Amino acid sequence: MIGPLHRLAVLGLGLLVLASACTSDEPTPEPDEALAGGATTVFESGARAFTLSARNLADEHESAFFVGNSFFNKNWVIAPSSTTARDGLGPTFNARSCSACHFKDGRGRPPLTDDEPMLSMLVRLSIPGETDHGEPLAEPNYGGQLQPDAIEGVPAEGRVRVIWTELPGSYADGEPYSLRSPSLEFSELALGPLADDVLTSARVAPQMIGLGLLEALPESTILGFADPDDLDGDGISGRPNSVWDPIREATVLGRFGWKANQPGLRQQNAGAFSGDLGISSSVHPEQNCPAPQAECASASVGGEPELSDDLLTDITTYTRLLAVPARRDVDDPEVLAGREQFHALGCADCHVPRLETGELAGFPEVSNQVIWPYTDLLVHDMGAGLADGRPDFEAEGSEWRTPPLWGIGLFAVVNDHTFFLHDGRARNLAEALLWHAGEAEPAMQAFRSAPAGDRAALLRFLESL
Amino acid sequence: MTATRPFLASLALGLACSSPDDGREPLTADEVAPVAETYATMVALNYAETYASAQSLRDALGDLVATPSEATMTAARAAWLAARVPYDQTEVYRFYDGPIETVEGRLNAWPMDEAYVDYVEGLPDAGIINDPASYPTIDVALIRSLNEAGGETNIATGYHAIEFLLWGQDFDPNGPGARPSSDYDDSGSGTAANQDRRGDYLLAAGDLLLADLSSVVIAWDPAQPGTNYRAEFLAAEPEEIVRRILLGMASLSGAELAGERISVALDTQDQEDEHSCFSDNTHRDIVDDARGIQNVYEGRYGSSVGSGIYELVAARDLALADRLRAEIQTSVDLAEAIPAPFDRAIIDHRDAVEATVEALRTQTDSIVEAAALLDIQLAIE
Repeated sequence: MIGPLHRLAVLGLGLLVLASACTSDEPTPEPDEALAGGATTVFESGARAFTLSARNLADEHESAFFVGNSFFNKNWVIAPSSTTARDGLGPTFNARSCSACHFKDGRGRPPLTDDEPMLSMLVRLSIPGETDHGEPLAEPNYGGQLQPDAIEGVPAEGRVRVIWTELPGSYADGEPYSLRSPSLEFSELALGPLADDVLTSARVAPQMIGLGLLEALPESTILGFADPDDLDGDGISGRPNSVWDPIREATVLGRFGWKANQPGLRQQNAGAFSGDLGISSSVHPEQNCPAPQAECASASVGGEPELSDDLLTDITTYTRLLAVPARRDVDDPEVLAGREQFHALGCADCHVPRLETGELAGFPEVSNQVIWPYTDLLVHDMGAGLADGRPDFEAEGSEWRTPPLWGIGLFAVVNDHTFFLHDGRARNLAEALLWHAGEAEPAMQAFRSAPAGDRAALLRFLESL
Repeated sequence: MTATRPFLASLALGLACSSPDDGREPLTADEVAPVAETYATMVALNYAETYASAQSLRDALGDLVATPSEATMTAARAAWLAARVPYDQTEVYRFYDGPIETVEGRLNAWPMDEAYVDYVEGLPDAGIINDPASYPTIDVALIRSLNEAGGETNIATGYHAIEFLLWGQDFDPNGPGARPSSDYDDSGSGTAANQDRRGDYLLAAGDLLLADLSSVVIAWDPAQPGTNYRAEFLAAEPEEIVRRILLGMASLSGAELAGERISVALDTQDQEDEHSCFSDNTHRDIVDDARGIQNVYEGRYGSSVGSGIYELVAARDLALADRLRAEIQTSVDLAEAIPAPFDRAIIDHRDAVEATVEALRTQTDSIVEAAALLDIQLAIE
């Protein structure tokens, strides 16, 4: 019941904007809407836009930020090595460093050609059912995700490529478009075929900016947007994901990941170290070797655990304190017109523009900030086309977390591409919008039916984020 | 550094109303031209010397592989150490998407994947060198191809790969690694296996180093016909030229040197968490990196003397220019004063190392302040 009220409040804010626009006939920027990350906001729109520290970085975090940055960016090496703090890669892995996928702290993408290995994208695996903690059941031979690489002497698990099928369509005014739908093809599988009932989900690496701000959002704010039974009848039934927290050993609110399956950044980071790099930590002390993989289990390790708690803390500090770049062109008339469209079409119902963070203990930089992330951190039914059919804790196969939109206009300059959505299927923002279905079907149809000028304005607005 | 951040934010907010009454005036082309000329000349000279020293290194590697002995090993190590001096001083020309960025990952990447290249303690058969079945021929093409996919490769080329092949793993708490020259003796009485392939690897790594350095030399060569990076650089807007120069200085000084290279090692206290870990040369890397920043500020490199950033700043704020000059000198002096080897200093002489970090951070703040004085917004990590 809180949900609908909350949404009304947001709507009220939107009306305020519109009202203030009426007095001068033209919409105007809100005073702080360029400052996407509140006081963390950095004014840089070049290739380094996502790599900079919060501008209000506290002195006591400076060292940790740089240490975290180093361990995020530098390759991990095979154990045993002289650089003992940085060894323990694998035995099987997706990448040798965090930055290999989150390049320049930015967004990953699917391979551009059949020959290109899957670098900044991975494929989650499971079979139907769930563990005692409610997490997906690992594929018996390959575990929770496919690791296409391995250290010398250990077989890599296999390869996967994406096969695209074009789906032609057209806007209401007749202008044609084409969407591409992915399917996965596995090959060179070291332990034979995947389980018959395997569930797969391909995901690209998300941008790293502003994550501490999202962690600082009060739980009540996120839950306030929830309306699981759509009591307000707006067709939107956002739900919180409830996930297992291996640190607190409890089921808690999920915030991070494409299905909001991670409760916090420390857990997310430890999970990625284990799953993506093959680096053990106190959170995941075991080597990531499914039972049948004997060579994996007997390979040399780089310490127990390979990632110390201090380093996990520094990396978590780093991921909490990457600044959000300021918006560009907030006073451009087309951008402002696009902002009106964003509200009118209903995009803002889930991509909530303005939020206020609470207190994140020990992190004054991200606490009590007014931010512009464009998310509600809830999972929503996005329709059959986007569904991976792979439940993840409470999130159904067709549900995805509303991804924050800040920074999406900078992928082109930071990461040299404009691929969007969880598996990078959309080749530009228009395609990303056109894939929206399920709860977002009415908004998508409104976009499809809008005049070309309005569509262009909306895209211009999104590029300014 | 904290003090400068709110300042930057307010500067950025101020852009909207850009009031000229704060005493800051945009840089003029006339003002910047001599500084840009000096800088471009100095960069070209520095890279030319780096190339020449890498050529001497390649010659010494050839001697070692042809006639492995303690004498040729010692000479090769001396050549490597000598080659680091000019190279380290070029690091201040990084961080602004100049020509070095396309090859830096192959030239100076770290940490080195030892077990990917050669045997390590406990794994006598590890690495490409000991895997003739998978890698029948070791040449430049092979090791280049292994390093071509950005962050997604093991690090197996550049100065530190050569360093590993010359010194070996460092297990001596007080000294560098001690790879015997007999690792290259393929007469039948050598140590380790695959001595000939180790020699092939070493020479290929030397050749690739030269090829990569050559591309940077050409990019900055004033005698190069047609348009190269140097020509593009000198034709850029005055404030863009100065922005690049200052970004290189501030990024090397703060995030890279004070942060990545020194603070990280201090923090992890891991003995080999240092750049030149096999040779124990990290303390010299730090000094020459710091000297590189000084070179640019003063506008001099060896015999080449001209106008530096100092002149630009002094024309507007003499006190700031002199203060920054003194801070940079202090950093160089404190870096020189860190007792070698660095991997002991981070444990036994932490004060000396921390003082260097503090000095580098102080000068970074002043570089940002100087940038603001020149109406340049410097977004550093």
